[in-house]
Amino acid sequence: MPLHFELVTPARLVLSEPVYMVNVPGTEGEFGVLEGHAPFTSTIKDGVIRVWRSAGAAPEEIPVKGGFAEVSASGLTVLAEHVG
Amino acid sequence: MASLKELKGRINSVKSTQKITKAKQMVAAAKLRKAQAAAEAARPYAQRLAQVVGSLASRVTPSASSPKLLAGTGKTQVHLLVVANSDRGLCGAFNANIVKAAKLKAAELTADGKTVLFYLVGRKGRAPIRRDYPQAILGQFDTTQVREPGFAEAEAIAGELLALFDAGRFDIAHLFYGKFKSALVQEPTVQQIVPVPTPTVAISDGAVVEYEPDEETILAELLPRYLRTQLFGALLENLASEQGASMTAMDNATRNAGELIKKLTIQYNRSRQAAITTELIEIIAGAEAL
Repeated sequence: MPLHFELVTPARLVLSEPVYMVNVPGTEGEFGVLEGHAPFTSTIKDGVIRVWRSAGAAPEEIPVKGGFAEVSASGLTVLAEHVG
Repeated sequence: MASLKELKGRINSVKSTQKITKAKQMVAAAKLRKAQAAAEAARPYAQRLAQVVGSLASRVTPSASSPKLLAGTGKTQVHLLVVANSDRGLCGAFNANIVKAAKLKAAELTADGKTVLFYLVGRKGRAPIRRDYPQAILGQFDTTQVREPGFAEAEAIAGELLALFDAGRFDIAHLFYGKFKSALVQEPTVQQIVPVPTPTVAISDGAVVEYEPDEETILAELLPRYLRTQLFGALLENLASEQGASMTAMDNATRNAGELIKKLTIQYNRSRQAAITTELIEIIAGAEAL
């Protein structure tokens, strides 16, 4: 079961797809989110989100600024003011 | 009766006006589609953020320590009216309607004994508001330099508003803009933006959500962001509304010009015919006299 990952900016929905794992630079430390993560909400410091599309694949790096992450039963949603 | 030459001149001038209004109508139609798509693309972010802020705000009990943006300053004396207009004209009563709504609210607040201040976005609202409230304009934001107001502008406006709020220059802020209903209908809308009205969202599941850092810290960080998003949304709505209004207004103008041309052409032909008839009568009368 993959994790559903959404990356949203004020202007558009950047990404919405199933991935294996996402590594998010939270304000109080980086955290990785896999499928089935407990509900969790955190602010993000400006940095790089790493997205693994499948286990063992090289991660894709997405720089974000002014972000906010929410993990719920439906997946991980990152709201960022600036992407890229 | 105007002379033939004068009539011809008028017909030509109306024709060139019609060309302009027709071109503007087509430009507005093309831009409208783009503006609508932009407004739609911005919706997911706004919805999610409203959800999160709503569920956070429902957890935090208002206290002395809760963020001022949520709880307010405790006073309701000074009201700031943020009026978002467009930069360009040729869009019918669009700007006039927004300004009218703002002035109505201002009169209402003044009658209640409140102090009213203005913050103006866009060029077209400046003159009419300055005329009535020359002393009350706290600031203005110029969007003439950018082709389309985007998130960067919303950020800048929100930054200025927050600085003014932190400096204690106002207690409550309302935002005025044209809400886009359809290409034919744009509704001048008033919306309170400071203190942030809590979005009412039903909390979907009863699951225990962990917060990092704690709820209040997150909320304090998200509220300015929520304000930015609302301003951004308003700017996009305004842009779409402006194009919609422009399209309708220019369509009307083109049609009116067409009617006017028809009328003038008939008048022109009639006077030409009359002139010819008079000439003929003169010639025939002259020939008979011989």
